[in-house]
Amino acid sequence: MSSASLSRAHAQPKAWTAGPPGLWAVYRKELADHVGGWRFLVLAVLVLVSGLASTYVAARTLSETLAAAGELDPFIFLRVYTTGSASLPPFTFFVAVLAPLLGIALGFDGINGERNRGTLSRLVSQPIHRDAIINGKFLAGLAVIAIMLTALMLLVGALGLQLVGVAPTLEELLRLAAFLAVSIIYVAFWLSLALLCSTLLRQTVASALTALALWLFFSLFAGLLFGLIADTVAPVTDPLDPEQVLRRTAWETNLGRLSPTILYEEAVQTLLNPQVRSLGPLLLEQVIGSVAGAPLPLGQSLLLVWPHLVALLALTIVCFAAAYIAFMRQEIRAW
Amino acid sequence: MSTLPSEQTVSGAPAQPAEQGRAVEQPATLANGQARPPAVIEARGLCKRYGQHWAVRDLDLVIHEGEIFGLLGPNGAGKTTTILMLLGLTDPTAGTVRVLGHDPWREPLAVKASVGYLPENVGFYDDMTGRQNLMYTARLNGLPEAVAKERVQSLLEAVGLAHAADRPVRVYSRGMRQRLGLADVLVKSPRVVILDEPTLGIDPAGIREILDLIARLAREERVTILISSHLLHQVQQICHRVGIFVGGRLIAHGSVAELSQKLAGGAPLVVDVEVEPKEDARRARDLLAGLEGVSSVDADPKTGRLQVSCSRDVRAKIARTLLEHGVDLVGLGLHTYGLDDIYHRYFQGGDAGEQREPVAGARPA
Repeated sequence: MSSASLSRAHAQPKAWTAGPPGLWAVYRKELADHVGGWRFLVLAVLVLVSGLASTYVAARTLSETLAAAGELDPFIFLRVYTTGSASLPPFTFFVAVLAPLLGIALGFDGINGERNRGTLSRLVSQPIHRDAIINGKFLAGLAVIAIMLTALMLLVGALGLQLVGVAPTLEELLRLAAFLAVSIIYVAFWLSLALLCSTLLRQTVASALTALALWLFFSLFAGLLFGLIADTVAPVTDPLDPEQVLRRTAWETNLGRLSPTILYEEAVQTLLNPQVRSLGPLLLEQVIGSVAGAPLPLGQSLLLVWPHLVALLALTIVCFAAAYIAFMRQEIRAW
Repeated sequence: MSTLPSEQTVSGAPAQPAEQGRAVEQPATLANGQARPPAVIEARGLCKRYGQHWAVRDLDLVIHEGEIFGLLGPNGAGKTTTILMLLGLTDPTAGTVRVLGHDPWREPLAVKASVGYLPENVGFYDDMTGRQNLMYTARLNGLPEAVAKERVQSLLEAVGLAHAADRPVRVYSRGMRQRLGLADVLVKSPRVVILDEPTLGIDPAGIREILDLIARLAREERVTILISSHLLHQVQQICHRVGIFVGGRLIAHGSVAELSQKLAGGAPLVVDVEVEPKEDARRARDLLAGLEGVSSVDADPKTGRLQVSCSRDVRAKIARTLLEHGVDLVGLGLHTYGLDDIYHRYFQGGDAGEQREPVAGARPA
């Protein structure tokens, strides 16, 4: 070994790529980690298998009814995504339930994992801004989520096309694209929540459990809890009194919209089912003159769920901002 | 580490670098009027407080180019806090720091681009190979891919890990990890290297390899090195200067020889005496205690050794007295202050916490 091997490389470091220093490097490394990791593999297989199975069942059911009725449902292609059967819930259900897990799996050990391995102090002593670390991690997770959900949607679409044999219309494609976008935002919310947990909690197990507990709460118990609160705040003593019933329903719906899961479900329902024309109670006088079962145009559907989209996006941003600020303010050897 | 040149060995003497005729590189040879190399690390009145506790207090420290400086002190003395302030990873409560002319807190990127830091308990991505870990660091430093590959390869060879470069870090031993850590620090071609407890948890042979590597680095690359450690014995071998850090204060600094001189300066003269047979130690004590100029005598009948504190050199008198009374004298000499004394003198009661005034007379000028 000659002394030359230790000598300084005189090539001055050039920017490896444009953008904040280190962001791209962190992003690339995290992406490679995710895609090569067992966590992603397990979840991808789980989502893929359940998604394809439900699509298969839905498509079979649809083509049978199609043959029987002989009449064409104008949104038959969307039905591939939303039709369930007695044995299997629809594709959208699996995405709603499993995709948050994907977000949590990609984020729960983002920061505390680095800390516990002792790699964080090495990372922060490199000439990069500290936020490049958390930004890179978030972007890599987001990219993985986007790629995976897009691929899944395309696969399901291809399978549906094959089995049902009806090509989608432009409106259906746009609605599906909107569904995809909402789903990505929704999973990004869970990713940023998991990152927040990993910033605040010391143990990776603790942050995983916290994120999972929140997920469980929102997917299972939040609805029940909101119902209970609505019952307490606005009790219905006379089921025939429309005022009372309306008041209770208003409480339940509005409380429900604090939950990202309910926001997401309502948005998906509206986007993939053009017949949905309101997300609250409809009074008889409001539907007078409407054509029963007539679909809403895409623009109107979007208008209906616009607040939902904004709220989901805002929740994601708030979670990520909290994680970002917590991470930037932390002492490197706080623990 | 067969790749290391054998000609370069670490002999215990702290003054060794000065004897190598490379005066230009050695700040230790300043006494002969050489121009002092520029300061690369400068701290003035540096303080850091966590709540009520002062982790670092009034630190004044100047480290010059090419120097190996050992920051020594017991655990919790504030060494790591000092390092974090030098790197801009934590902000000083008071005082100023300049590293290579930059303020680490205001211009962290400029400092981090040329300062390599090996943290205590350095960690790697276990599923990645040693080479991949280093490549990641190279990318974070913005090295072009081709340059990075070459540099990583040469560093892996330099630290003797070329054979294990493509194995996952999971299977590395503690010593291998530490060497990988050194390579990792060097990826950015630093001008200053800060090592926090680099020898912790490594077997003696591994420690020697690491220290050899560090010493060679400083010599060949003219890299300035700051080593923090609580193991004075190990680190003093390669340090030009050491600073003793206790309870958040730098209570003494200088070469080991200077420190031991300083320590001897304030203390009374002590003569070491050894007698045979060992049981005679007690009798010898009684004999010597009566001598003129002797203030106290400690005897240990188990080893046959005595320590005689006196106001002037009474060695001749001691020898005569003992021989006259038929006690066989087998050892006699002035007590010199060595590492152990420095260690005990400065480190005792060194658990961080309440900080009292530093040991009298040991305050740096």
